[in-house]
Amino acid sequence: MNKTHLYVLAFILAAVGLGLVIYKVLVLNFPLSPGAESYTWNVEAKVTFEAGNEPAKLTLFTPRTTRRYAVTNEAFVSQGYGLVTAIVDPNRQATWSIRQASGLQTLYYRAEVVRVNNQEPINPIQPPAIDNPSFEGADLTVARALVDRIRRRSADHETMAADLLKHFREPQPDDNLALLLGKHPTEGDKMELAAKVLTLAGVPARVVHGIALKEQKERLPVVHWLEIYNQKWWQAIDPVTGAPGIPDHYLAWWRGPLSMARLTGGSDLHVTLSVTRELEAAINTAVVRGQIKKPLLLNFSLLSLPLHSQQVYRILLMVPVGGFLLVILRNIIGISTFGTFMPVLIALAFRETQLLWGIVLFSSLVALGLSIRFYLDRLKLLLVPRLAAVLIVVVILIAAMSIFTNRLGIERGLSVALFPMVIMTMTIERMSIVWEERGPLEAIKQGLGSLVAAALAYLVMHIREVQHLFFVFPELLLVLLAATLLLGRYSGYRLLELWRFKVLAHFSSEGP
Amino acid sequence: MMFGLGRHLANLGIMGINRRNAEFTLAHNPRRYYPLVDDKLRTKEIAVAAGLPVPELYGVVRSEYQVRHLPEWLKDRKDFVIKPAHGSGGEGILVIAGRGGANYRTVGGLSMSQEELNHHVFNILGGLYSLGGQTDAALIEYRVRFDPMFDYICYQGVPDVRIIIFLGVPVMAMLRLPTRVSGGKANLHQGAIGVGIDLASGATLKGVCRHEIIGEHPDTGHSLQGLVIPHWETLLDIAARCQELTGMGYLGVDLVLDQDQGPLLLELNARPGLAIQIANAAGLIHRAKLVEAHLQELLTLEARIAFARRHFGVNQPPAP
Repeated sequence: MNKTHLYVLAFILAAVGLGLVIYKVLVLNFPLSPGAESYTWNVEAKVTFEAGNEPAKLTLFTPRTTRRYAVTNEAFVSQGYGLVTAIVDPNRQATWSIRQASGLQTLYYRAEVVRVNNQEPINPIQPPAIDNPSFEGADLTVARALVDRIRRRSADHETMAADLLKHFREPQPDDNLALLLGKHPTEGDKMELAAKVLTLAGVPARVVHGIALKEQKERLPVVHWLEIYNQKWWQAIDPVTGAPGIPDHYLAWWRGPLSMARLTGGSDLHVTLSVTRELEAAINTAVVRGQIKKPLLLNFSLLSLPLHSQQVYRILLMVPVGGFLLVILRNIIGISTFGTFMPVLIALAFRETQLLWGIVLFSSLVALGLSIRFYLDRLKLLLVPRLAAVLIVVVILIAAMSIFTNRLGIERGLSVALFPMVIMTMTIERMSIVWEERGPLEAIKQGLGSLVAAALAYLVMHIREVQHLFFVFPELLLVLLAATLLLGRYSGYRLLELWRFKVLAHFSSEGP
Repeated sequence: MMFGLGRHLANLGIMGINRRNAEFTLAHNPRRYYPLVDDKLRTKEIAVAAGLPVPELYGVVRSEYQVRHLPEWLKDRKDFVIKPAHGSGGEGILVIAGRGGANYRTVGGLSMSQEELNHHVFNILGGLYSLGGQTDAALIEYRVRFDPMFDYICYQGVPDVRIIIFLGVPVMAMLRLPTRVSGGKANLHQGAIGVGIDLASGATLKGVCRHEIIGEHPDTGHSLQGLVIPHWETLLDIAARCQELTGMGYLGVDLVLDQDQGPLLLELNARPGLAIQIANAAGLIHRAKLVEAHLQELLTLEARIAFARRHFGVNQPPAP
């Protein structure tokens, strides 16, 4: 094949790919790097209770779309329960009910929460209901004294709230406050009391309960803060600083003195909240926010796929990158691996296990598999049945390792199940052949080569910027293809070959 | 330093794997002819048809059920070789040198039961040694008794001569000597020694073992240099004919010297290894370029061999 032909083809591919990228960046404003705030959060509330063999009814507050966050893709998971959702201002709630239930019941509420940035409030502003402060007797006197003090030291509603919260923050609250708070007050109790004191002072106030969307977490604690009514809208007050406004990552879940879930017909009610972060491209958020023009191109891009499929493509598009890396490792550097693309598949499995655990699990799986393969060798089995036997052993080993690591409380060990078993089987088989034919040294050398290639592939495929670039600009694959085609005609030395031929370095170029 | 070494090797005309694949095997070896080379049975058939000497074929095992007939087939044979038809790199070759009671004795002196022998054949049939793992056939053939001149520089196994043929012209040759490390096999990556050969005279040059240049056989201690390979002309002739036989432009031809039958064609290789360059302390690229430059003059077999002996000998430095 003519080399010029190849160069022209590679040039056209690269030009088309890069041209599309430049068009998308400059004209369509596609972001080149993943934004830091571009997360979608999956929030989950898990409700468990012991049903008492009678009609049960459970009411759970659910979050509403706010100025900051859009709540989408809600799912209510419950077997055999009737479900009603309703807005009971200012909250939204879901009520599960069942005629007959016994034993441990588990219900789930799940939703995707996307960061948005609306200027105007989404929900109609509820003017405060006038309710009487519920202090009585001595408490009322103490509360009045407290109100007098904060009123004297403040200019308006907001400074009054700030001053009150400052009292709550003090390590040794004064006697009056301590009396009102009682022993071992929780954060929620403090905010509840603050709201009552402010209402007594004529400042309509309420408590907001929510969660912080900051990091992936199970058993997420509920955070509480105050909102005061300033005649126009409800102003949130930072619970720590006392200043107006709350951190951006606070998601309001419900408001008011009620607890998050109420139950009739059961006992032992527990609610656990958890959030996981979904690495969603800034682009999606940008589409949601309407910042990007929506030309035809976007409708035929990967971004038009459902979120779930997008996740699949995010991984899929990394496979060519791994393949390209292997071309470099094998043809330019000269590392030998078992199977051409086996390291890429192992690298995909490393995504779930993380690198260190992946290497540990891979090595121990191969080592165990090899020793069993050597034993099987004595039985003189035919090739295909022997391969099948190794495959079965590999699956047994994977299951055993999952159980064993789980007993030890190592959660990562469970992800061993994601190793591609057929590939592992072939690796073990080929390694044992190389072991016998060319000695353990060569076998271990190739095994290490595979592992190094897999680790490198993982590290490259794991770079968030690379993932983002290939997902948002899949036309980069054309550029990758062009580079691969060019490398396909690379006929220079491999790096390790230089070492192989190094004895010839003593000879002069004029001939021996 | 790395680039300096690379440039130096390029000046010597040393061929790397990438270049061999891209500019020689891919360019000169049409894919459709590969079966002639990769299948040793077909190689043998076309060689016999062309009148080239090969080790006599005793039998072919093509399927599992035939394995039970093996004892019957082999009962009159004291020694023989079993090899996979699609084997590569010398893997899967079993050399039986004699019998001890009901058992076979390998060339390495190990005793082997009928069951173990059968298992080896099963492995071959299952495709253990074949490229890509497709099912294979096992060849049973004459065991070469090598020429006694190699006794001092050979540890078990059979030494063979590898000649690289480019466009019908022998461009480089080496003698491959099994060692203790290689387990009687003549493949360099298994630890065998490669000894360069002066194409003009058939005299041996220095040897290479595991990327190192050596002057003596590591097991026997005898000098490797200055031996003149007998029947050198015939060896070159057989090797050069293989180009027409297969249609391959770039080919490694493996030959053996039997003490009774003389030179025999053992097998062909469409992707011959590159260590031969270390054994000869010379690069393949310069030699191949020279052949390409003089292609019009090299119309007959005699002309091609004469060209090789004129240009690729030790005392005749290659023309620029």
